[in-house]
Amino acid sequence: MVSRRELVQGGLAASALLAGSGLSAGRAFAQQKLTQGDILRFEPLGNVTLLHVADIHAQLVPTWFREPSINLGVGEAKGRVPHITGKDFLDLYKISAGSPMAYALTSEDFASLAKNYGRMGGLDRLATIIKAIRAERGDNRCLLLDCGDTWTNSWTSLQTKAQDIVDCMNLLKPDAMTAHWEFTLGAERVEEITRSLPFPLLAQNIRDTEFEDRVFEPRQMFEKGGVRIAVIGQAYPYTAIANPRWMFPKWAFGLREDELQRQVEEARGEGADLVVLLSHNGFDIDHKMAGRVKGIDVILTSHTHDALPAPVTVGQTLLIATGANGKFISRLDLDVREKRVQGFRHRLIPIFSDAIEPDAEMAALIARHRAPYGQDLKRVLGRTEGLLYRRGNFQGSLDDVFTDAMLEVRDAEISLSPGMRWGGSLLPGQDITFEDIANASAMTYPQCYRTTMKGSMLKAILEDIGDNIFNPDPYYQGGGDMVRVGGMGFSINPFGTVGNRVSNMTFLKTGAPIDASRDYVVAGWASINEGTQGPPIWDVVSQYLTARKTITPRNESAVKVVGL
Amino acid sequence: MTSLTTVSRRDALCLTAAALALAPGLARADAAAVEAELRKLYGDKKPGSGKIRLDVPQIAENGLVVPISVEVESPMTEKDHVKTVHVFADGNPLPGIASFRFTPACGRAAASTRMRLAQTQNIVAIAEMADGSLFSTKSEVKVTIGGCGG
Repeated sequence: MVSRRELVQGGLAASALLAGSGLSAGRAFAQQKLTQGDILRFEPLGNVTLLHVADIHAQLVPTWFREPSINLGVGEAKGRVPHITGKDFLDLYKISAGSPMAYALTSEDFASLAKNYGRMGGLDRLATIIKAIRAERGDNRCLLLDCGDTWTNSWTSLQTKAQDIVDCMNLLKPDAMTAHWEFTLGAERVEEITRSLPFPLLAQNIRDTEFEDRVFEPRQMFEKGGVRIAVIGQAYPYTAIANPRWMFPKWAFGLREDELQRQVEEARGEGADLVVLLSHNGFDIDHKMAGRVKGIDVILTSHTHDALPAPVTVGQTLLIATGANGKFISRLDLDVREKRVQGFRHRLIPIFSDAIEPDAEMAALIARHRAPYGQDLKRVLGRTEGLLYRRGNFQGSLDDVFTDAMLEVRDAEISLSPGMRWGGSLLPGQDITFEDIANASAMTYPQCYRTTMKGSMLKAILEDIGDNIFNPDPYYQGGGDMVRVGGMGFSINPFGTVGNRVSNMTFLKTGAPIDASRDYVVAGWASINEGTQGPPIWDVVSQYLTARKTITPRNESAVKVVGL
Repeated sequence: MTSLTTVSRRDALCLTAAALALAPGLARADAAAVEAELRKLYGDKKPGSGKIRLDVPQIAENGLVVPISVEVESPMTEKDHVKTVHVFADGNPLPGIASFRFTPACGRAAASTRMRLAQTQNIVAIAEMADGSLFSTKSEVKVTIGGCGG
């Protein structure tokens, strides 16, 4: 096995290269002339290469995506990657402030660095990188694996029922995928697409609700570079809780750890030299699982959108985290002999859209899929004076736009917006287009409801969602960030226990404490209940922005985090 | 009391009694209520750990029908077999979930059913062996309002 020191060096090759000579923030990029060659540079190792993408969220074209400034870990994960952000993250991985990787991996100085380094991602750039690696390494040594959350959450994917992204991903020729948000297309559409895919959707942990029959293949064996590689799929275990179960009523999910162990053993029994878990568990669940399920060599993680410049090792298992929105692809070269990983080299490859030549074939396909919706995508709704973003444990400035819009347009006293980790960022002075709003809201259950809830119910909701994020046992975490709230302030202690994390709930209109027995008019969206009534959230936000014209982000948050 | 809805076909023969209960408005049971049930059955005898495996989801997808499987390691011979397995929930209005009775003819001490859970709570399973020894295990099932995924 590779020593810890080699691990850090391997992982840091990328950042060291890009961080370069320690030039001051902002000037480094221009002077360094980061090229496609720099981005691709990699000393090959061993006999097989895993390429990992995750959580693309149907983003065909490059976007701004600010990483979180707050991403707390609880229980054993407290203070451990990926729960390290900002300057601490830069220090840990020895990345220079202001360098391209600092921009790509943290929220530090994001707005000004974004202007220097440009948007990230874009499937046409990703295609260039993948083709180049396959050409250099040989197609027969590379395995491209997609962890899912690929087919949904852009306007064009919503309009085409994911056909745009499915067609584009097929051009990349993945070898296998697993899934989560894909299921919100509904069981019928998911089955229709999977039948058409030239590669399998793997999920050992999805069963029919009646007799526990399998719905998808649990695993597949590949042979690359003379290595027999078993890839086991693990779909998001809490899809039927976090998303509308009525859209796939006959499918049950869950962690199914015992069955996973059986899958590993069966794969080894069939002669697998290398066992890879293609996982949508989320990083902390994968970390725990790696310590409990024996015999997994590599876990390709996803769901929690973490991007890590080096693998994390748990026993003999390597955990790879590749970020979201198409910002990165991970390359993991492995030396597999005698059924063991004898060595590895890894790089989190940043997809800097300005530095990478778009692949012409993919660019043409993207253009063709976007053309019918061009007018909608470009429509300017307003302008922002400051940075707008969502990602982080608590309310981001883009979430304020959503919660404010619901209060105003739906004439509500309090508003609730889900803490999804997807949704891009906007820079100060930028026009806000319909596409920007759709990238933070496009989904198949967008209705913005208006209802009344008692103060006690609001408290129960905040506590329940708080426990989904901050339960100290990752196996009991339900996913997502904390619900975003308009019209109400509160304090939260992430290290509290269920029912005791949230306090000081305040009705902002009057400054009075929330009254447990009073009814409040509440607007919200993305309800998982069937038959929810209301206009789609993007119409609500569009109407608000069109009337308001200019957004000035607030400096103060109504959410106070205590107990840190 | 309502009868249970489904059991796996394979284990149905071994199942002689089962109970599933939930009535709205009743007070919740608690850990003490489960303790009291156990005392009624087994007095002060303390169960050991191991041998019994309880398979329940960490988070329920639907609190109305939560799958539960229980299996006890045993050769299931005349001398050494599992006699009964009782399952309790400490947060339902009534703690009793199911009681399974086995004989050596069962071959295997395993059973599956579904239960209704009113809220997040612990599921406790206790097995009594032919020699009177007891084995117990506990697992928490979270019942959540959900939403806000990833």
